[in-house]
Amino acid sequence: MVSPIPPSSASATARSNAPLFTIPDVVIRLAGNSQDGIQAVGGFLARLAGRSAQEVMTYMTIPSTISGGPSIFQVRIGSGEILSAGDRADVLVAFYQHSYESHRSSLRPGGVLLYDSDHVTPNPDDKEITAVGIPMTSATVEAVGGSSKEKGKNIYVLGLLARMFDLDVPKLSQLIKERFGGKNEDIVRNALLAFDAGYAYPAENLAHILFRLETPTPTVGGRPQITTDGNTALTYGLIAAGVRHGAGYPITPWSSIMETLRTELPKYGGIFVQCEDEIAAASTALGFSYGGNLSITGSSGPGLSLKMEALGWATMAELPLIVVNVQRGGPSTGMPTNIEQSDLLQAIYGSHGDCPRVVLAPKNVEDCFYIAIEACRIAREFSTPVIILTDQALATRIEAFDEPDLPKLMIEQKPDLSPRDASYKPYPLDQVQRHAPPGSVIGSGKYPTVTGLEHDEYGHPTASPAMHTKMTIKRREKIKSVAATFPAPELFGDQSGDVLLIGWGCTYGPIREALGRLRGAGATVGHIQIRHIHPLDGGLEEIFARYRHILVVEINDEGLYGYGQLATLLRSRYCNPAISSITKTDGLTYKVSEIVERVAIKLGLADTTVGMRKQSLLASALTAQK
Amino acid sequence: MSAPTLSPAVSSAPEAPRAPLTKKVLVADHPTWCPGCGDFAVLASFYKVLEKLNYPQEKIVTFAGIGCSSRFPYFVNTHGGHYIHGRSLPFAAGISLGRDDLHVFVFGGDGDGFSIGGNHLVHTARKNPRMTYVIMDNSVYGLTKKQTSPTSPIGFKSKTDPWGAFDQPINPMRTLINSGATFIARSHATQVNHMVEMMHRAALHDGFSVVEILSECVEFFEGAFDSSIPRKGGSFQTIDLKKNDGSAEDAARHDPTDELAALRLALDPWPGKFGIYYENKSRPTKNALEQKLITNTREKTKNASDLELLSKTFARMR
Ligand SMILES: Cc1ncc(C[n+]2csc(CCOP(=O)(O)OP(=O)(O)O)c2C)c(N)n1
Ligand code: SF4
Ligand SMILES: [Mg+2]
Repeated sequence: MVSPIPPSSASATARSNAPLFTIPDVVIRLAGNSQDGIQAVGGFLARLAGRSAQEVMTYMTIPSTISGGPSIFQVRIGSGEILSAGDRADVLVAFYQHSYESHRSSLRPGGVLLYDSDHVTPNPDDKEITAVGIPMTSATVEAVGGSSKEKGKNIYVLGLLARMFDLDVPKLSQLIKERFGGKNEDIVRNALLAFDAGYAYPAENLAHILFRLETPTPTVGGRPQITTDGNTALTYGLIAAGVRHGAGYPITPWSSIMETLRTELPKYGGIFVQCEDEIAAASTALGFSYGGNLSITGSSGPGLSLKMEALGWATMAELPLIVVNVQRGGPSTGMPTNIEQSDLLQAIYGSHGDCPRVVLAPKNVEDCFYIAIEACRIAREFSTPVIILTDQALATRIEAFDEPDLPKLMIEQKPDLSPRDASYKPYPLDQVQRHAPPGSVIGSGKYPTVTGLEHDEYGHPTASPAMHTKMTIKRREKIKSVAATFPAPELFGDQSGDVLLIGWGCTYGPIREALGRLRGAGATVGHIQIRHIHPLDGGLEEIFARYRHILVVEINDEGLYGYGQLATLLRSRYCNPAISSITKTDGLTYKVSEIVERVAIKLGLADTTVGMRKQSLLASALTAQK
Repeated sequence: MSAPTLSPAVSSAPEAPRAPLTKKVLVADHPTWCPGCGDFAVLASFYKVLEKLNYPQEKIVTFAGIGCSSRFPYFVNTHGGHYIHGRSLPFAAGISLGRDDLHVFVFGGDGDGFSIGGNHLVHTARKNPRMTYVIMDNSVYGLTKKQTSPTSPIGFKSKTDPWGAFDQPINPMRTLINSGATFIARSHATQVNHMVEMMHRAALHDGFSVVEILSECVEFFEGAFDSSIPRKGGSFQTIDLKKNDGSAEDAARHDPTDELAALRLALDPWPGKFGIYYENKSRPTKNALEQKLITNTREKTKNASDLELLSKTFARMR
């Protein structure tokens, strides 16, 4: 293999002549088409940040069309705590005219536009930003050779960004080799050629836009960072929790979980079945659970609806099951590649009959891993279905976090086929059901029927009014008692005061950043991200009482009665008139400024200086140069 | 390191010499069917099949969907249960694939199997998990009291077609052959010995085996199958299977491995023939294919432990 000249040495002199501005964090938005591999560039940057113990968060949109279509990837890298992917970009990389036109507005004043001068002509009168044209397409073709057409342009841009932000070139080259290593050598070589060409772009042309990211203070003895997306984190959380069986049917954005499980589980001696539809998938998964192996099924909105009858059965039959629902815009096919948090009530109540069940929601990518483990614990301990409500934003964005302590966390699962003594009852009224999987000898000689018909303690069908009442109470109390196993909810910011911000799911980061800005502007604000949706965390009532306003921030509609789905639940649970809603349905995650502004409006502070326009250090750095 | 989960790790009771399985042990709740319902005879035959098979009692699983016929598991003293309408096949596939040590039997009606569960029937057949499915076809919806079923004949007067049904009924044998089931047989609830033989052969088949049994609903479709009951003036015609003895008569006998011949038999005019239509012993089961996938995959990872595997995965995300 041709080994490339390490570019860092070749161009070190040029770079060291340039003025360097040290910045704490940077938001880079890459805009092109879906086949341009901009996700790959974003992924490289994110993983580099992870390897450098930097915080990172990404945001991407993928068109639902199969090929082509505009696509973006936004990555925010920094040395402090990064909670959101950033409201506005510091740097915009525009591959095409339409990329430039659609995303110019996402660039903050004073930001840098890097555009492909082969395709883009920016507005010459736009003096608010620094525009730098680079012939990305032709330079890539020149570097890699004509046959590759425009492939490799993305890696060229990666080289350019590496230069601009003085990124760790050996680490990036290593990532490129790892990523393309499995393919043929030409591909690795071409990628490295493109990277070097980007990195070697004449420094004079970039001299005014060279920066250095603050290096984070190394944490002593800390765990190594890993970088991944929410769906991947969740999948491996399930594997860590001992799940070895599952079934599903493809639907965006759930599919990547089932694809990973299908290829990973056989390594662990397990099976994942692709079924004919979501009903079959829920059924096959329940069959696995009935056999004594806690299993997983999952889907996105419409597929969850199809699973509902089977979930009703699981509640009645009291079998454990993990159900993942990666929410997207609805109803119906809706906006399949956009975020929405509109399946909360479906997850809790979307079934026939009185059907109490557990619903959890991870707050960020790292939490996708841990909530999967918690869900499995609850499903096993309480022999019940547990729904994990994640969403399109968590599913697809990349974050860096501490590598989990696997030896401590991993659980081995085996069906418990020990003989049951003569007193065994499948549905005892006074304790949680302990399912005896087939293969277990039943001491009484009377083998249990696991059933969706109302039944007595032995599983015999019954239409006794008294028994239905008792069993309904039993099933309800069982789910209520799950709450006792939850840790106290984490309360950020002020412990009492003007406003308590409540969120769930992917809004965690933006709400926490909004909290900081609101407090900076003088308001007393607290924040809780509710992870246990049903049953709710304990102790909320007492916390709610300490604030004048409880604002529930969600990405769904306020409905007929003016409240978002979680707010509706909280109001009916706590009868607290201070609870109200901040909702939206644009298919996008919250920007920090959106939350701050909406809170300000709610509080009647709209015209005060509730401190928003704090320019980042990058902005000041740029202005300083001009 | 964990062993592949297809074989259960925690063993059942220590192996003691077992008393043979008898009907006495296998009887559970008293059936709730109407007196004279054909399903009684299917149940009685199934006890006989289990006696013949003599599997360890705790390793037998009897599951069903919803319908009169689907009450079956309550009457058999084995592990089992009662799932939702039409979906018992994917459920049972999960049992079978997750626990290859079990013997899985599924029961249901014509509505359960060919209507609401029709798509599952086709796909389960395609996947070929190791289990036996018995369809008790009464050509009517019994439990919900006389609506047209997917096998109701044209002209059948039901509550949903008081003037006589006019939608084309499903031909169960043809549907099953097309869907790729690897063992397909047809029997009649008035022919106990025949039923026992068909269910027994189905149970011994390594793959997805299906037996359709015409089982009269005396309440809502009396006389539905008289044309195949000799004492009611009909004729019960069985399929003569090839003996491969080179004799002249043998040429006319049915070769169950011949799919086209099976299809031709399926197109015989009502009430058609009874016996084994099709049997494919060469197609591997999904159980075997998944196990092979596991073995091959684990060879590639050199049988790494779960912790080693997952640690490596996380190391790649650094
Ligand atoms: C989802 C759903 N839809 C409808 C029903 C009502 N239902 C119960 S059994 C049945 C039909 C039963 O017919 P079949 O499967 O032929 O069984 P049989 O009673 O004739 O043995 C129907 C429609 C149900 N239980 N669940
Ligand atoms: S209604 Fe028909 S199928 Fe149901 S039990 Fe009575 S006779 Fe049998
Ligand atoms: Mg029927």
